[in-house]
Amino acid sequence: MKEILLKTEHITMQFGGVVAVDDLNIEIEKDRITALIGPNGAGKTTAFNVITGGYQPSNGRVTFDGLVIGENYPRSKMKKIYNGTYKTPFEKQVVNTPDKITRLGMARTFQNIRLFKDLTVFENVLIAKHCHIKAGLFSSTFMLNREEEAKMLQDTEALLDRVGLLSNRDEKSSSLPYGKQRRLEIARALATGPKLLLLDEPAAGMNPKETEELSLFIKEIKESFNLTVFLIEHHMNLVMDISDTIYVLDYGKTIAQGTPAEVQNDPAVIRAYLGVDEA
Amino acid sequence: MLKIKRNHLYSIIALALLMIFLYWLNANRLQNGMLVSVLQKGVILALVAVSMNLLNGFTGLFSLGQAGFMSIGAYTTAILLIPVQNLDGVYYMNGVHPAIRAFKMMVASSPEFIQIIFPFIALLLGGLLAAFAAAIVGIAVLRLKSDYLAIATLGLSEIVRAIFSSPQFDQITNGSYGLNKIPNFPPMLWGAIPSLITPFIVVAICIVFIVFLIKSSYGRAFKAIREDEIAAEAMGINLFKHKSMSFIISSFFSAIAGGLLAMYMRSIEAKTFSITLTYDILLIVVIGGIGSVTGSVLSAFLVTAAKEWWLRFFDQPLLIGSWQVPLFRTGFRMVIFSILLMIVVLIYRRGIMGTNEFNWDRILKRLKFKRSKEGGKK
Repeated sequence: MKEILLKTEHITMQFGGVVAVDDLNIEIEKDRITALIGPNGAGKTTAFNVITGGYQPSNGRVTFDGLVIGENYPRSKMKKIYNGTYKTPFEKQVVNTPDKITRLGMARTFQNIRLFKDLTVFENVLIAKHCHIKAGLFSSTFMLNREEEAKMLQDTEALLDRVGLLSNRDEKSSSLPYGKQRRLEIARALATGPKLLLLDEPAAGMNPKETEELSLFIKEIKESFNLTVFLIEHHMNLVMDISDTIYVLDYGKTIAQGTPAEVQNDPAVIRAYLGVDEA
Repeated sequence: MLKIKRNHLYSIIALALLMIFLYWLNANRLQNGMLVSVLQKGVILALVAVSMNLLNGFTGLFSLGQAGFMSIGAYTTAILLIPVQNLDGVYYMNGVHPAIRAFKMMVASSPEFIQIIFPFIALLLGGLLAAFAAAIVGIAVLRLKSDYLAIATLGLSEIVRAIFSSPQFDQITNGSYGLNKIPNFPPMLWGAIPSLITPFIVVAICIVFIVFLIKSSYGRAFKAIREDEIAAEAMGINLFKHKSMSFIISSFFSAIAGGLLAMYMRSIEAKTFSITLTYDILLIVVIGGIGSVTGSVLSAFLVTAAKEWWLRFFDQPLLIGSWQVPLFRTGFRMVIFSILLMIVVLIYRRGIMGTNEFNWDRILKRLKFKRSKEGGKK
């Protein structure tokens, strides 16, 4: 019996006249690693942004852990120009800001690393712990939540130790080498206590050795933190190595889905990646 | 651990010396009028600068509305504190609103204890009123980013000023005539702290609060917003809630400082709180270092002293023999002041303190370094 953690139903995202994501249906199984691949401009990051609440879809529904976290239908101007493949409009409008969705248990990293550059490694992770704070502004300022604060510090320390960044704890995050910055970004996402971790091109700009380390690291944290992982990636080696299920996107449309072996041999995928022989 | 203890000891000694100095100043205030007034104005501006720094330096919201919130605090404090017997003298043109008079009669006939703490209640009320205004305005304004936020808050500050000087409020704010006969700082703790020292104590309490806030988890969230809004939001930080908090708290303390300024100047008018005041404070923040509390405090004193005191010399006519130096006349000090500012900004690109805070270790290190250098020469 498979358990679905995240489900998108007929997600369509249209910017003006351009349909960036068209009728995307994804089911992410619990405790598995699911990957979303596709050529540049296929709409992968847009799909991510819709799921994490950055964008409101033009039409479609996102369900996370049994709860509808985002739903929309073509309204006002979009109603006239809507051009998605899936024509039946949804009925409700559910909007959640990214911070709310993170607190529900979905954490993400960014394609172009977005660390808090001027802050230390330790502070970067510590800040992510803030989202579950119980103390109010005043009790926090007057240090009446010593226990909570101490636990935050302790957890941060433990997390840094676990991801192997403890020796860098007081360094400015922007001074870390690239691979470690990626790792820190993942650690920061983990600090929010997610059930689902979304990685947006975690291996971008990495050499083969770093990519291999990353793939081990992702497997390791998946086990030790009981995570479900959803990632966008270009590095085929990484994707084929770690994913259980792969979705392939091209021009906003899902052109294939299945296990790595199935996807690898799918003619549509080969066409999308290598181009069609005109002759 | 030992180091921390040592540093605490140094801080306590420094504070004690400071208190002794203030009491000495109080005893000799007649001979040191200039010093007293510069220090008092400096400490008041330090509070505004720190509260502006909380917003601009720590939360990354470029706001220019400080003068507006100061004026809310100043007017509230002034209206509440003008003694009832002076009301007719102050509002000689349009008369005073009956409600204000009735309220003052009530306060004047209340028990002595309430009358003693009433100035502080007035300050607090001014602060709360400004905080309330900030909460409402924030809903609209905080959606804007960077330069646009600056323009909106600047406009806001001007609107507040225009309202205070408008003829419709003549009976409350005395319109363009302004308010005077505002009582000086009240003494604290039944006279144990003389009125001269009061502003220092009030400001110290406020700044300590802000420092604690910055060090708390919420302060860290503010910094995260400054560093990267999108990442902060993705880490579960509610942007609007935290920005509002910062905006409201900053406005609250600006208004407290505004109230203190009213007590310091004894008379205020809407013109006092024009854009130039905001720029003066921005200047202090930038010179001190955006993102440094101690920098703001230090530069508040330096800028005030330079402007009001040390450079006065340039405003007086100077005679060399029988030749009068042509440049030395009223206003020349501001030219020198501006030149000094440019030099400071060129040397310290990120302000005197950058984003660092004062700490004993660094001072001791520097002293030791100097000493060893001198030793080497011998």
